[in-house]
Amino acid sequence: MSIIRGRRRAPAISAVAVGLALVATGCSSGATDAGTAPASSAPAKLSGTVTFWHFFTDREAAAIQTAVDKFQAANPGVKVEVKKGQDDDKTIQAIAAGQPIDVVLSYSTDQIGKFCSTGAWQDLSAYVKRDGVDINQIPPVVRDYTQFDGKRCSMPMLSDTYGLYYNKKMLADAGYSAPPKTMSELTAMAEKLTKLDGKGAIQVAGFVPTFGFYENAPAHFAPSFGASWFTADGKSNIGSDPAWASMFTWQKQLVDFYGYDKLTRFTAGLGQEFSADNAFEKGKVAMMIDGEYRNAFIKAEAPTLEYGTAPFPTDDAKTDLYGAGYVTGNVIGIGRGSQNPEAAWALVKYLSTDTDSVVAVANGIKNVPTTTPALTSPALEKDANYQTFLDVFANAHSSTTPTTASGKAYQDTLGTFAEKWQSGKVTDLAGGLKTVDQQINDQLALGSAP
Amino acid sequence: MTIAVETRSAGRSSPALRAKRRHQRLTVLAFLTPWLLGVAIFFVYPLVDTIYLSFTRYDLLSPPKWIGLTNYRFMFTKDPQVVQAAYNTLWLVAILVPARMLFGLAVATLVTRLKSGLGVFRTVFYLPALVPPVAGVLAFVFLFNPATGPVNQILGALGLPQPLWFNDPTLSKPSLVMLGLWGVGDLMIIFLASLLDVPKEQYEAAALDGVNPWQRFRYVTLPNISPVLMFAAITGVIAALQYFTEAVVAASVASGQATTGGGNSALLGYPEGSTLTYAQWLYVMGFKNYYLGYASALAVVMFVVSLGVTLILLRRARSLVYGAEGTR
Repeated sequence: MSIIRGRRRAPAISAVAVGLALVATGCSSGATDAGTAPASSAPAKLSGTVTFWHFFTDREAAAIQTAVDKFQAANPGVKVEVKKGQDDDKTIQAIAAGQPIDVVLSYSTDQIGKFCSTGAWQDLSAYVKRDGVDINQIPPVVRDYTQFDGKRCSMPMLSDTYGLYYNKKMLADAGYSAPPKTMSELTAMAEKLTKLDGKGAIQVAGFVPTFGFYENAPAHFAPSFGASWFTADGKSNIGSDPAWASMFTWQKQLVDFYGYDKLTRFTAGLGQEFSADNAFEKGKVAMMIDGEYRNAFIKAEAPTLEYGTAPFPTDDAKTDLYGAGYVTGNVIGIGRGSQNPEAAWALVKYLSTDTDSVVAVANGIKNVPTTTPALTSPALEKDANYQTFLDVFANAHSSTTPTTASGKAYQDTLGTFAEKWQSGKVTDLAGGLKTVDQQINDQLALGSAP
Repeated sequence: MTIAVETRSAGRSSPALRAKRRHQRLTVLAFLTPWLLGVAIFFVYPLVDTIYLSFTRYDLLSPPKWIGLTNYRFMFTKDPQVVQAAYNTLWLVAILVPARMLFGLAVATLVTRLKSGLGVFRTVFYLPALVPPVAGVLAFVFLFNPATGPVNQILGALGLPQPLWFNDPTLSKPSLVMLGLWGVGDLMIIFLASLLDVPKEQYEAAALDGVNPWQRFRYVTLPNISPVLMFAAITGVIAALQYFTEAVVAASVASGQATTGGGNSALLGYPEGSTLTYAQWLYVMGFKNYYLGYASALAVVMFVVSLGVTLILLRRARSLVYGAEGTR
């Protein structure tokens, strides 16, 4: 009887074993395919279809489409199929699933480490060398954030640079003729510009300091304090670099001026950041940190607003940093499994280095160009408010967030701490930042577990 | 007796009979094949693959690499977020599920007592369950907006305190419970059907015995609807363990970061992690931070817990559900 049972079990056990083996060996996606090497010379005539996924929507997507149309006009044999509104999550999952996306545009440099290290985006070095593209036309900070571990898997396509936006009329009414240059000036002006109603509720905030509000993030304030994320050996430096403690201390003092609950109630009633109800555009906030793109939003949504821009104020002890700011950028590359890599590279090269194209898109969406010829082009439309960001971009102290093979998880870990800090749940700042270090190091170790 | 004879004769069946039985088995198998394929492709394969991936470092973009128990060690010793997420999820299981069942039963009982307008009230109470979850949460967070929401404006007009609701870490989960109660129509409708199915003769007999309303509910209604209550409990617990959409949307909208594309990612479990659920953390680790191996380990633990809780509830059902196997 037991023999019979054994015979009956054998096929079932075999089937399960085969299934497990299949699952364990090959059913999970993620096989690497670095792409084929380019031809020795660029093809004389391009043809075929190129799929182009980008994240822009609405007005900004229209500017991108205009550039694509010009590329197609210059290359009549190429048809570009544009898919707008595709964020990093969607493109990564599509590439992982084997979908042949030719050209991908990402809005942040956070995932560059992953794109390069995994081969999800193809190495462009051979194309760059073959076509003699001058990489030195790209400023150093941008050259740095478009590659990882020496592997150039992306090219820059405009940049986002952060600075201070201020309501000129409100500042003038309060007796100020210039924006703040240090954090203590910012605090003093924010307090004076704040208006409360009869019950003590905030009606207008001079400056909303809460992390999580619009573009308020530790990463965006960090360059103004000279704060560094990692040590030379790749360990978290947040608990050891006193600049972080300075930043959190300044932020909490301003939060406490308002009262955390009052600030929470006030911000809950404000409009969404990327809408016509944006609090700065509506005059509910006198000063805020934001990217250069806000100029275009204000022009479209609040054209009568009297505002100015300036570099974000610095730590009082580090005034030499004034003029610098947070820089990040859009990066463009060729997806693993591209069906038409030559045409894809031609589009990438056109959108990232063709001066007329870069300038036209920069004028359209008011981002900062990422090549020297475009930055100095007379065709680049710039007024004083936009010029601020060009200057910040060119400042030697401007910096970005480091790229890691684990993406931006380390920023989220600090963000989680920052939220508890500002509400008063954390009383030991130094100890809390050390704990953040440990959490980030543990997370990085998990991502590189042997 | 007839069956015994047939069984005995089957052991000495002729080749023709055996062929006929084989044909019958194949026919049954043919009919079962779509279901078997579905189970194999959509349940067994993902389950086995997830278990395998939980022992690997896998980022979706490169091949998985075996790392043994590292993911599980990280989960149980080095991940503070998973502790918070597990606490929030268990809180929802302990509060949200019983609250929805009690409220659903109360509403259903109320509707059965209506002398007129039964159809109207049944529809009114059921309608919120038809609203897509995202739309429902958006509307709810708007209603409870601390600064501009109608709820706080009414409270203010009455001179009452105006809480921060979804923006307060102590009230965010209770606010989600209120959202769950608002959409209780799905439970209400099955409770209503069950209540209407209780034999009237039993109520009449109880009335003749002079029972009070509590005794009538305890000894007549409850035993009759106990199978439906157990069904609601099991499905409710499983749904609460996987609670995701409502928490994510509420946190995203309340934090003012309901954006896509550029901009910051939504604060995890805003405010202060109070709405971070286990399923949400699993998603963030897997599809935001691309720790797919770790996310698989989280999924395996969630599967084991869900299975364990379900088995315990089913075992308890034998003693609690009237008419179930083993009930005296």
